[in-house]
Amino acid sequence: MAASSERSPPPFPDSEEPELLEDSDEGADAFTGTSISEMDSPSPDSTRPPKDIFNEPPEDIFSDPLSNINSEPQKKVDTKIPSPSSDEAVDLFSEPLDDDSEVMSSPEVQNPMPDLLNEPVEAPKSDVLGEPPVHKNAARQQDFFEDPPKGSNNSSSSVKKAVSAELFGDDEDEEDLFKETPKVVTKKPQPSGPPVDVFTEVKSDVKVKPQVKDDPTDLFTEEALTAPAQKPPASSSSSSRTNGVHSEEQDLFSEATVELSLDSPLNDRKKKDAVKPSLSAPAASVASSSSKAPSKTLEELEEEESEDKFDLNISVTNPEKVGDGMNAYMAYKVSTQTSLTMFRSKTFTVRRRFSDFLGLYEKLSEKHSQNGYIVPPPPEKSILGMTKVKVGKEDPSSAEFVERRRAALERYLQRVVSHPSLLQDPDVREFLEKEELPRAVSTQALSGAGFLKMLNKATDAVSKMTIKMNEQDVWFDEKIQDVENEEQHMRKLHVMVESLVNHRKELSGNTAVFAKSVAMLGSSEDNTALSRALSQLAEVEDRIEQLHQEQASNDFFTFSELLADYIRLLGAVKGCFDQRMKAWQRWQDAENMLQKKREAEAKLLWANKPDKLQQAKDEIAEWEAKVTQYEREFERISATVRKEVIRFDKEKARDFKRQIVKYLESLLNSQQQLIKYWEAFLPEAKAIA
Amino acid sequence: MTSISEDSDKEKVRSVSVDLNNDASLVIDIPDALCERDKVKFTIHIKTTLSSFQKSEFSVPRQHEDFIWLHDTIVETEEYAGLIIPPAPPKPDFEGPREKMHKLGEGESSMTKEEYAKMKQELEAEYLAVFKKTVQVHEVFLQRLSSHPMFRKDRNFQIFLEYDQDLTVRRKNAKEMFGGFFKNMVKSADEVLISGVKEVDEFFEQEKIFLLDYSSKIKDATAKAEKMTRSHKNVADDYNHISGAMNSIAADNNTAFKKHLEKCAEVFEKLRKLEDRVASDQELKLTELLRYYTRDIQAAKDLLYRRARALADYENSNKTLDKARLKGKDIAQAEENQKQCLRKFDKLSESGKKELTSFKARRVVAFRKNLIEMTELEIKHAKNSMSLLQGSIEILNSN
Repeated sequence: MAASSERSPPPFPDSEEPELLEDSDEGADAFTGTSISEMDSPSPDSTRPPKDIFNEPPEDIFSDPLSNINSEPQKKVDTKIPSPSSDEAVDLFSEPLDDDSEVMSSPEVQNPMPDLLNEPVEAPKSDVLGEPPVHKNAARQQDFFEDPPKGSNNSSSSVKKAVSAELFGDDEDEEDLFKETPKVVTKKPQPSGPPVDVFTEVKSDVKVKPQVKDDPTDLFTEEALTAPAQKPPASSSSSSRTNGVHSEEQDLFSEATVELSLDSPLNDRKKKDAVKPSLSAPAASVASSSSKAPSKTLEELEEEESEDKFDLNISVTNPEKVGDGMNAYMAYKVSTQTSLTMFRSKTFTVRRRFSDFLGLYEKLSEKHSQNGYIVPPPPEKSILGMTKVKVGKEDPSSAEFVERRRAALERYLQRVVSHPSLLQDPDVREFLEKEELPRAVSTQALSGAGFLKMLNKATDAVSKMTIKMNEQDVWFDEKIQDVENEEQHMRKLHVMVESLVNHRKELSGNTAVFAKSVAMLGSSEDNTALSRALSQLAEVEDRIEQLHQEQASNDFFTFSELLADYIRLLGAVKGCFDQRMKAWQRWQDAENMLQKKREAEAKLLWANKPDKLQQAKDEIAEWEAKVTQYEREFERISATVRKEVIRFDKEKARDFKRQIVKYLESLLNSQQQLIKYWEAFLPEAKAIA
Repeated sequence: MTSISEDSDKEKVRSVSVDLNNDASLVIDIPDALCERDKVKFTIHIKTTLSSFQKSEFSVPRQHEDFIWLHDTIVETEEYAGLIIPPAPPKPDFEGPREKMHKLGEGESSMTKEEYAKMKQELEAEYLAVFKKTVQVHEVFLQRLSSHPMFRKDRNFQIFLEYDQDLTVRRKNAKEMFGGFFKNMVKSADEVLISGVKEVDEFFEQEKIFLLDYSSKIKDATAKAEKMTRSHKNVADDYNHISGAMNSIAADNNTAFKKHLEKCAEVFEKLRKLEDRVASDQELKLTELLRYYTRDIQAAKDLLYRRARALADYENSNKTLDKARLKGKDIAQAEENQKQCLRKFDKLSESGKKELTSFKARRVVAFRKNLIEMTELEIKHAKNSMSLLQGSIEILNSN
C-alpha cells in the first residue's frame, strides 16, 4: 500500500498538463487537510484515505480514483498486480509471515519495488506532502487487520478507539519520516520501507491464510460468516462507490463503501462525522476485500469488476439542424443523469454540435494518449453525409445519417465516461455540464490545424516504420500482433455484416415487390377463395417486408456499427502501442546520448583536460537522470498501456456480448413476428377451396 | 456424378402439382437419377394394371431429351388439339452449382480447410436441391400424362414408358430448331391476326381475357419470387461469411471474447442453415409452383389459340362457302370443308371447355396445397430459429 503512496508522485512529473497539476494540487490539499486533522486527533478523517487507497489498488482498474493522487498510485500498483507471480512478489508475500517488524527492515521487501525508491526524488513537493497520510493509512490498514478479531465486524466504537489508538502510534512514526522527507528527499527510500511492509502484509494475510496469525484469519472467517451473502455485492459496490455512487443501503459494508466514494475532502469530513461509529468495521471490510483481491487471479478480479455499474447515464438526443445552407450544423441534446457527486446536479442537459464532440476528443487525446491511455475515438467526419443533410430536405438517407451519427456520438460519450480516468478529466465534465463551450476550432475539415495533424500523422507513420523496437516484453509482443490480427479480421467481419445489411435491404425490397405482384395476381384470380388467399399472402409479405427492413436497420445499428466502433477503437489501441514505442525510443536515444557523453568523458580523461571534465561529468549526470527518467516513463507507459489494454479487452468482451445479445434478440423478435404472420395466414391458405 | 434416391423424399417431390397418381392403374415415379456432365439420366419406374403394357412393373432409363421428344410429338398430334398439353419440363440447369464448383476448385489453395469443407457442403446441398427440383418436374410431366384419360393411351407415351432400351431420340438439328423458332413467330403473328375474330362463346371470351391477364401476372410474380428467394440465399450466404469471420477473430483470441465469438459463429452457422432452408423451401413451394403454372397457363393459352385458329378456319370456310354459292361452283367441296371446320371447332370447344374447367380446379388445389405447405414450413423454420436464438441468448447471458 505504501508502495502505492510512494509511487504516487511519479505520475506528476514534468510532462504533465497544467490541468493535471491543478488536480494534483487539489489532491494534495485534500490530503494535507486530512493529515492535519490526523495529527490533532486520530479523527475518522484519517481513516478515510486508507480506504481509498486500499480500495483502489485491487479494484482500481475500472473504478478509478477520484483525485489524481489516488489515481496515480493506482497505476503504480497495477504494474505490480499483474505480476504477483513473479519471484519477487512471492518473496514479498512469504517474508512477512515471520515477523512484521522484521519484514519492515528486510531488504527483500524493498527489492520488488526499486523504482519506488527513486521516484520520490523528482516528485514535486506537494506530492511529498500528500504522502504521509497515505503512509498512515497504510499503517492503519495494518492495524485494522489486527483489529477486527478484537471486535466483531459490526463496528463497535471500542474497536474503533483501539484502532485509532494504534494508528496514532503508527502515525507518529510516520510523521517523523514525513518531516524528513521534505528536507532530505534522497532519504526517502527509507520511509518507504514500512509502508511497503504493510502492503505486503496485507497481501500475505490472504495468500497464506492458514499460517498467518489467527487474527486475520478470524477476520476473514468471521466476515464470511456474518456476511457471506453480502460480501460479493459489497465488494463490487465498493468499487462502484468509488465512482461516487451513493445509495441508502443499510448494511455496514455498503456504508463503508459510501465513505470511500467521497471524493471531496470537505464532503468527506462531514460524512465521516455522520457515520463515525461504523468506521473501523468498514475499513476492515475494505481491507479484507482489498487484500483478498491480490490473492485472486487477475481474471477473477476482472470478473468482479465487470459487475460494477456506475451511475452515469448519458444520452444524445434531438438532433436539430441549426442555421441554413452550408453554414448549417446539427446540434444534439446531451443529457446526463447521474448520482456522482463530482457533478453539480443529478440531471443536466447541454446542447452540443458535432465539432464539440471532436473538440473533446482532441483535448482528451492530447492530454491522455501520450500517457498510454486508450482515448475512445469519435465518429468520423463525413463531409458527404453532412452536406446532404445541409442541402437535402427530408431525404430518408440523410435522416438515417443523422440517426447513425447521433447513436455513434452517444456511444462515444458513453465510452469516454466509462473510462475511469477520462471521467475525471475536467474537460469531460465541462463538456457535459457547461452551458456554453468555446467553439472548437481545430476540427474544421482540413483547416490549418487539420493539415498539421495530418502532417504529424504522416511523420508518425514514417518514424513507426523506422523505429525497430526489439520487444522485450512477451506480453506486448503477443498483444501487438493480436491486435493487428484482430483489427484485420474485424474489418473483414465488418464488410460481411455490411453486405448482410445490404442483402437484407434487398430482400426487403424484393419482398415488397413480390407482395405487390402477388396482390395483382390475386386480383386476377377468378377463384374467390384463392383470390382472397393471394391477397392475404400479399399482406403477409408486406408485413414481412417491414420486418426485414427493421431487421436490416438492426443489423446496421446494433451489429455493423458495433464493429465499426471497434475498428476505430482498435486503431486507438494501436495508437497506445505507438506511444509506448515512442517512449521506448526516447529512452533509447537518451541511453545512446549518455553513452556518447561517457565516451567523451573518457576521451577527456585520456587527453587530460580537467577543465572540461567537470562539464562532461555534469552532462553525464544530466543524461543519467534523463535516462532514468525516460526509462521510468517507458515503464510507466508500458504499465498504463497494459492496464488499458486489459481493461479494453474486458470492456470489449462485455460490450460485444451485450450488443450481440441485443442483436440476437432483435433477430428473435423478427422470427416471433414471422411466426405470428404465417400462423395468421395458415387458416387462409386452408380456406382455399 | 450424383445419384439420388428419392424414396425418402417422395412427399416433397410431388409438391408442385396435386397428387396425380390417384389412379392406381398407372403409377409412374422417378426413384433415381444420374447426372453425367450435361446429361441427366432418369430412371423411370412404372407400375400398372393396364393390359396395354406387357409387364405390370418395370423401369426404363430416360434422358431429358426423351421427355422433350415426347412433348413435341404430343403437341404435333392433331387429335390432342383440344387438350391442355402438359408443359414440357425445363432443361436441367446445373449452371449455378457448376459455377460454384469451379470457384471452389480455383480457391482451394487460398481457403482454409474449414472454409473449404463448408463450401463443399454448401455446394452439395445446392446441387442436391437443383437435382431434386429437376427430377420432380420431370416426374410431374409424366404423371400429368398418365393421369389424363386421353394421353395415357397415347402410343408414343407407351413407347416412352415401355421401350426398355435407351430411346436415343434424334436430337433436333439446326434447321429444325430454326423451324421451331419460325413456327413460334408465325404462331405469334397468327395470334394477333385471329384476335380480330369475333368470339362466339361467352365462356371462351372470358377465359381468354382471364388467361392473358393471369399469364402476365403470374410471370411477373414468378420473377419477383425468384428474386426474393435469391435474396434469402444471399442473406444465408452472409450469415455463413459472418460465421467464418467470427471464427477467425476467435482463433487469435484467448479472452472471454473468444467464447462469445465462438458462440456467435455457431449461432450464425445455424442461422445460415435455417435461412438456407427457408430459401430452398420457398423456392420449391412457391417459386416452383408459380413457375409451373406459368408454363401450364401457356399450355392453356395454346389450347385457346388452337381453338381460335379453328374458329378462324371455320369462318373462312363459311366465307368460302358463301363465295362458292355465289359463283355456283365447288359448292359441295366448300360445304364439306365448312362442315369439317365446324366439327373440328365444336370438338375443340367442347374438350377445351372441359379441359379449362378442370385446369382451374387443378390450379386451385395445387395453390392450396403449396401455400399450406409453404406456410407450415415457414412456421417450422421460424420456430426453429426462435428456439435457436433463445437458447443462444441464454447461453450468452449465463457466461
